[in-house]
Amino acid sequence: MNRAQIVNAALALGLLGFGLGAWAMGETFLVTLATKVAILAIAGAGLNLVLGFGGLVSFGHAAYFGLGGYTAGILAHHALNYTAMFEWPFVYEGTTSMPVIWITAMLIGALAALMIGALSLRTTGVYFIMITLAFGQMIFYFAISWPAYGGEDGLPIYVRNGFPGLNTLDPVQFFGLVCAVLFAVLGLIAMLAHSRFGLALQAARQNRQRLMAVGIRPGGVLLVAFVISGAITALAGALYADLNRFVSPSMLSWHLSGELLVFLILGGTGRLFAPLAGAGLYIALEHLLGGVSDHWQFFFGLLLLGVVLFARGGVIGFLAGGKRHG
Amino acid sequence: MSMILLIEQLLNGLQSGLMLFLMAAGLTLVFGVMGLINLAHGSLYMVGAFACAGVAAATGSFWLGLAASIAAAAAAGAIVEIAVIRRLYRRDHLDQVLATFALILIFSEGTRWLYGSFPLYLNVPDALSGSVTLPGGIRYSLFRLAIIGAGLLVAVGLFLLIGKTRIGVQVRAGEADREMIAALGVDIRRLYTLVFALGAALAGMAGALVGTIQSVQVGMGEPVLILAFVVIVIGGIGSIKGALVGALLVGLTDTMGRVLLPSLFDLFMETSAATSVGAALASMAIYILMALVLIVKPGGLFGARA
Repeated sequence: MNRAQIVNAALALGLLGFGLGAWAMGETFLVTLATKVAILAIAGAGLNLVLGFGGLVSFGHAAYFGLGGYTAGILAHHALNYTAMFEWPFVYEGTTSMPVIWITAMLIGALAALMIGALSLRTTGVYFIMITLAFGQMIFYFAISWPAYGGEDGLPIYVRNGFPGLNTLDPVQFFGLVCAVLFAVLGLIAMLAHSRFGLALQAARQNRQRLMAVGIRPGGVLLVAFVISGAITALAGALYADLNRFVSPSMLSWHLSGELLVFLILGGTGRLFAPLAGAGLYIALEHLLGGVSDHWQFFFGLLLLGVVLFARGGVIGFLAGGKRHG
Repeated sequence: MSMILLIEQLLNGLQSGLMLFLMAAGLTLVFGVMGLINLAHGSLYMVGAFACAGVAAATGSFWLGLAASIAAAAAAGAIVEIAVIRRLYRRDHLDQVLATFALILIFSEGTRWLYGSFPLYLNVPDALSGSVTLPGGIRYSLFRLAIIGAGLLVAVGLFLLIGKTRIGVQVRAGEADREMIAALGVDIRRLYTLVFALGAALAGMAGALVGTIQSVQVGMGEPVLILAFVVIVIGGIGSIKGALVGALLVGLTDTMGRVLLPSLFDLFMETSAATSVGAALASMAIYILMALVLIVKPGGLFGARA
């Protein structure tokens, strides 16, 4: 094992150890906090696929996160109220089954990413950043002004959705389920990164002209990555809705898009485990600084500024050393 | 819908478009000259509004407050440029986004620390309070009319500054080739600080004027910042003319959409459904406009580069 692999293993074991240790000591709140870290890491992993590997700075990933959350919220809302979600071509009353919700959320996230990506990828650089941000805001304002599902007030999920064979209301079982999803997603991304597709994606970041010269259109590769990324982030959103048992437009806000970017920078952009390291550090800081001062964001801003200006490579770059080639 | 209401809304759209132009002009100049994406531009807007509220409350004079807003925002812009932004010009856009995102957190939380979370309200100066009757019998707020006039004046001034003065020549040359004008002996660092402070001053002035109509509170700059992004994407990054056209398009689309769409759907839907569908669509209208512009012209209406 090289140093990066040791750091990755330590991060994975650290998350599991923290969650299970907190459970053993009866600290339910800390188990929930660890679950939140794992879910945000999944969302960050989705963003990492396009940002870390593809070099696309998407400033609108909260859109997919929120759409995933609303998918979970709306399906459960109809199932719990016994109202029909739609009556044509057949009557559908929603569901409280997590696997069905996850698949629906990923399809919706993928579809949104396909439409937004197809338009946004016509541009590059700063335009891409601003346009993804603008589309994210479009969905945010739509959620606020559409009254059917709570509008500005959000939508509660009265009972956490179920997973066959598990009691998801038990914090530690839900934590285990979320960790399983996180490691499956990270495994998938590791596999993708080493596949032909992943190599083409990284080549699209490094040098588009050369990629075209070997006969691959960068646009297609980037769009596929964008769609997969949207689906993963939507899955995280569905889990987040179930964690809080509440969905609100704040899941769609551009602050969340910014926070996802922050996770990756704190962790070390382009590293497989960057989202986990970054989300863990962010939540820990929020918790610790928040205990010291109500104005913790002020100090967090100073810290983030320092990291961006002076400490490039993030936590994993610091621990594992060695600049990733490319 | 009566004609009077329609014209009143047109004027409102013009007014919000011109205020957006003040924001977008700074953003587009900073991007065009320095190649920097500045999320903290909305914070400078907020700084201007708070400076105006603070000074107006202390001295009782709106005009001193307005002057203070321009001075404070320009000073904050110059300080931020020298302390932070200067280090970012050679970095990639991701670093610029994150560093300026960090600046937003610092500015917003710092302001909340100083002033608290409650919104402040500014009084319209006596000379401009009340309303006037326009030709055609339309009554319109005098202050909003003054804002339209001020916005137009600043726009003309900015075009003259960029088009006719020596500084304008340097700014335009900086957009075209920054190494070359440095080689010609222009102090490029001073020019960058100047451009940044100018953009900040415009944002601060917009903050003070809009803050007087609405309210002054933490986070007021962020929605405007995102609208300003939409404006410069539509107009083309780096183009002042594009910023003006884009700002007016966005201001008018947004205002008119909110008025017209609900009554449009009312023609063939129930009133309550029409209101919600219309409101939801109206909130998306400017983004749809942006998408349409992008499909036709990916580089924006007046953009030199994509």
